Amino acid sequence: MTFQEISEILKQKFETAITAVKAEVQPDPYIIVEAKSIKEISTFLRDDESLSFDFLNCLSGLDLKGKLATVYHLSSMKHNHKFVIRIEVATEQPNIPSIESIWKTANWHEREAFDMFGIIFDGHPDLRRILMPYDWDGYPLKKDYQVPEFYNGMKVPY
Amino acid sequence: METVLKTSHGRTLRTEEMVINMGPQHPSTHGVLRLELVVDGEIVIDVIPHIGYLHRCFEKHSEHMTNYQQVIPYVDRMDYVAAMNNEFSFAIAGEKLLKIQVPERVEYIRVIMAELQRIASHLIAIGTFGIDIGAFTPFLFCFRDREKILDLFEMTCGARLLYNYIWIGGLSHDLPPEFIPKAKEFIVDFRKTIKEINDLLSYNHIFIKRTANIGVLPADVAINFGCTGPMLRGSGVNWDLRKNDTYSVYNKFDFEVCVGKGEFGTVGDCWDRYMVRVNEMEQSLRIIEQAISTLPEGSISSAIPKRVRPNPGEVYGRAESPRGELGFYIVSDGTGTPYRIKARSPAFVNLSVISEISRGYMIADLVAITGSIDIVLGEVDR
Repeated sequence: MTFQEISEILKQKFETAITAVKAEVQPDPYIIVEAKSIKEISTFLRDDESLSFDFLNCLSGLDLKGKLATVYHLSSMKHNHKFVIRIEVATEQPNIPSIESIWKTANWHEREAFDMFGIIFDGHPDLRRILMPYDWDGYPLKKDYQVPEFYNGMKVPY
Repeated sequence: METVLKTSHGRTLRTEEMVINMGPQHPSTHGVLRLELVVDGEIVIDVIPHIGYLHRCFEKHSEHMTNYQQVIPYVDRMDYVAAMNNEFSFAIAGEKLLKIQVPERVEYIRVIMAELQRIASHLIAIGTFGIDIGAFTPFLFCFRDREKILDLFEMTCGARLLYNYIWIGGLSHDLPPEFIPKAKEFIVDFRKTIKEINDLLSYNHIFIKRTANIGVLPADVAINFGCTGPMLRGSGVNWDLRKNDTYSVYNKFDFEVCVGKGEFGTVGDCWDRYMVRVNEMEQSLRIIEQAISTLPEGSISSAIPKRVRPNPGEVYGRAESPRGELGFYIVSDGTGTPYRIKARSPAFVNLSVISEISRGYMIADLVAITGSIDIVLGEVDR
């Protein structure tokens, strides 16, 4: 199925939850959905027969300067189609429900997005830092990130 | 006062349980990986992987580059034993974003290089897996033949490990005239090596005893965890991006997708994952043979853009690396500097399933399971 068809199905089913359909973005268009309904939408995308998105390719954090976003790249092995969903939240309150229970791939990817952007995934069973040291301050991939001068008494910029 | 002992992810230990750290400096973790094991005697109750020891934040570095082509050397250093495939994947994403059509000769050379690199990478996987189990000789055979592939790369672009060879829109060098005869010679020699490896290792009784029925990964778990590459195919799922989401010129070649069949145990055990790699080397040879015999003439640099300045937009480009689906998510804001690059590294995703498939096995089996996942920590940590 094409992006148009899938977004039409979602629009009919979850009319209020979809904020925008960015069909003009090239080459990979996406839709923006509300954070609170991501679990419902994900479950529908996975379980619906004609969609059956059984595979979460990638979950990325994104800093949009003032807003934080997560991007979900989904694909279906059965029908061989792809879809992209984005969630945008305010930097001051970066809470997004975890979809770890739907696709286990999200477990480590959400930890990475938390580690790099400080996005808090509510309901994640084990939200610890994954790549940075556990006692590191700040979130490195944010656009306004300042490298700390010292880490445990060691000079950081070399 | 009673002290409560807990693991780092908050599990309370029972009296008979004990925590052991395997790594970060341990020969069978293939680099700097720390596995926090909860054991009851010799039985593994739980595994908590700790990664990040090789973290260089390649994604942050990329955001400071002034040209997309400058990202390619960083991409090389992710999966440092399969650098060609990393470049290939990144070039696919970049070309999709820029809407570049590359000349056919470039595509053919890329496929030849990617398949040679796949063999080289699988040779390391097979050789070190043998060492993990206790078979030393096959390792030497594997590295002897890997050297021949590296020689081919060296004569093409001067580098043996990190090439900076595949650029967005083209290649850095054309093939030298002596490449084709040398590659043909390699194909003939290497078929014998595959037979040797099979005789020495694959059907060795001790090897089968150590790997069959160990670390069984069922197909539905593999899909739910996002495993790709030989991990997924070992579980019997016929899924290969070269066939299922075909890119470059792979649709012009005749080859088979190898899947695990559970010949000596259950489908999805360590032996199946190992055997998928061995069989894939033969298929790669077939692709290289066909590509060499039909290699078209043409320019290799005509489509390389003078300045890479994509329109605002975003792309997710993916390709089949030796470890699975390697994807790059690129967001462009219309300048020459990438706004955001995220790598979906297959080893990172494949490693996350380790705690799921190693519960209830012995510690010695965990070594086999880690070896069969075939991680490269440079790619896990990026």
